[in-house]
Amino acid sequence: MEQLLNTLYVMTQGAYVRLDHETLKVEVEGSTQVQVPLHHLGGIICLGNVLISPGVIHACADDGRFIVMLDHVGRFKARVVGPTTGNVLLRRAQHKALDDSQKTLAIARNLVAGKIRNARTIVLRGAREAEEKEDEAGLRETANRLACSLSHLERSTAIEEVRGIEGEAARTYFSSFARLIRADRAAFTPKGRTRRPPRDRINALLSFLYALVLTDCLAAAEGVGLDPQVGYLHTLRPGRPALALDLMEEFRTVLADRVALTLVNRRQITPDHFEERPGGSVYLNDSGRREVAVAYQKRKQETVTHPLLERAEPLGMMPHIQARLLARTLRGDLPEYPPFTYR
Amino acid sequence: MEDEDYTIAGFEPVFLSALEHYSYCPRQCALIHVEQTFDENIYTLRGRAVHQRVHEVDSFSEEGVRVEHSLALWSNRLGLVGQADLVEFHEGVPYPVEYKYGKYRERDIEHAAVQLGGQAICLEEMTGIAVPKGAVYCHNSHRRYEITITSELRSKVQAITAAVRAMLLAGELPPPANDKRCRNCSLNAVCMPSAIGDGSKARSLVAGLFRL
Repeated sequence: MEQLLNTLYVMTQGAYVRLDHETLKVEVEGSTQVQVPLHHLGGIICLGNVLISPGVIHACADDGRFIVMLDHVGRFKARVVGPTTGNVLLRRAQHKALDDSQKTLAIARNLVAGKIRNARTIVLRGAREAEEKEDEAGLRETANRLACSLSHLERSTAIEEVRGIEGEAARTYFSSFARLIRADRAAFTPKGRTRRPPRDRINALLSFLYALVLTDCLAAAEGVGLDPQVGYLHTLRPGRPALALDLMEEFRTVLADRVALTLVNRRQITPDHFEERPGGSVYLNDSGRREVAVAYQKRKQETVTHPLLERAEPLGMMPHIQARLLARTLRGDLPEYPPFTYR
Repeated sequence: MEDEDYTIAGFEPVFLSALEHYSYCPRQCALIHVEQTFDENIYTLRGRAVHQRVHEVDSFSEEGVRVEHSLALWSNRLGLVGQADLVEFHEGVPYPVEYKYGKYRERDIEHAAVQLGGQAICLEEMTGIAVPKGAVYCHNSHRRYEITITSELRSKVQAITAAVRAMLLAGELPPPANDKRCRNCSLNAVCMPSAIGDGSKARSLVAGLFRL
């Protein structure tokens, strides 16, 4: 928890990850491509056809490092989890809070407030940096509408209302997302938010980044002993990591959207990094995913001051800190869940 | 089954290590033994490296003194369980030695002494031989502090054991100390003493959340 460790992304198809004493080796066609001491790593993410030795799996399970298997486009497939540890009392409290409409409302409302504030921060930054008057005006208008959502949120008295405000705020935000893009608008203007599958380049980029953020939020929830499936804002569905999705709301704009915008606006990501499939679905290609993974890792290393801890920490630590604060709220240590907000 | 009897009757066994944790900070004790969180920092990692040597179960004799490493200890009377890093047998009389590592300061010895007192009580019950003394060994200074197992120490062990048991059964977490104890505490990041405090910081942060 004290330090942000690196995540190793193995993306080369057919790569073999094995352990040589305390060192991890990634071999491709029999020759070692990467060598990294295991204790430098917080976890390993494998994309697609990557082989991983039992030795690596055991060592990671022992030390609480995560191993996540994604398919070749970054969809979550599986993760390695060690023995069930942690706190059954916390999990009980997590379930009990779900049966208490006031507690559910308070947690969900604060999560959404964090999300809206962070979205507004990005929009206002976009307005300051806008090159066209029209974009600036549009973004300011969006910021005002997000501010309105925030004040509606304060008066909300039911979880359905909170969900409604969240949905509306998300639509408002995405409707002006195109105004945040300054480079190659012809190639990078999104047509709203499309998922399953993404149908334009921006959506392909965001979907991949959200998968990475979700993986980190899952690890954060697991790390503090929370049940990642029991969430408050997201309704329970078999197989859905509702709590990890809840935690992610505060981080979508900060960790994913920001990275996507920077990559596009600095022309680090170009149309060459994507492929279009028959019928109109769009995915990042291999070199695109590499570019994004590196940028995401860098973003996680940037330090910010946590609003409650009042201490500079890497952005990548924030999901862990928030999971901890949620656990503390559920166990009655904190009167209310304080979401992560940044300036 | 003895272990099951304890839990069924609501008579939780108390770990010897919990005595020191509780003596130092009840919340630290609860974080480890109630919440089952354990956070590693440089001190605990070093500690683990030291312990790996001490914690190999074996026994040998040196200059007529039999030495047992990692000896399992228990007291049915107090409901204590745990392990001694090292027990020396001087002419048959047990002499427990508790290893401490990291920035262990002399003023923290009083907390280790409670754990040692618990070990002495266990050894007395297990062997039927009075245990008048033991020692706390500080790994960084390579010093042994001899501790006399006084009747005051014995009552303190008894009182703290009862307090730990009550805490385990209640399953609750005491508020953070938020004082100088927190500075070197390995659980600082988990405990969040200054962020949690009395909850007022979080309350005002949340109150300001909806206003721009």
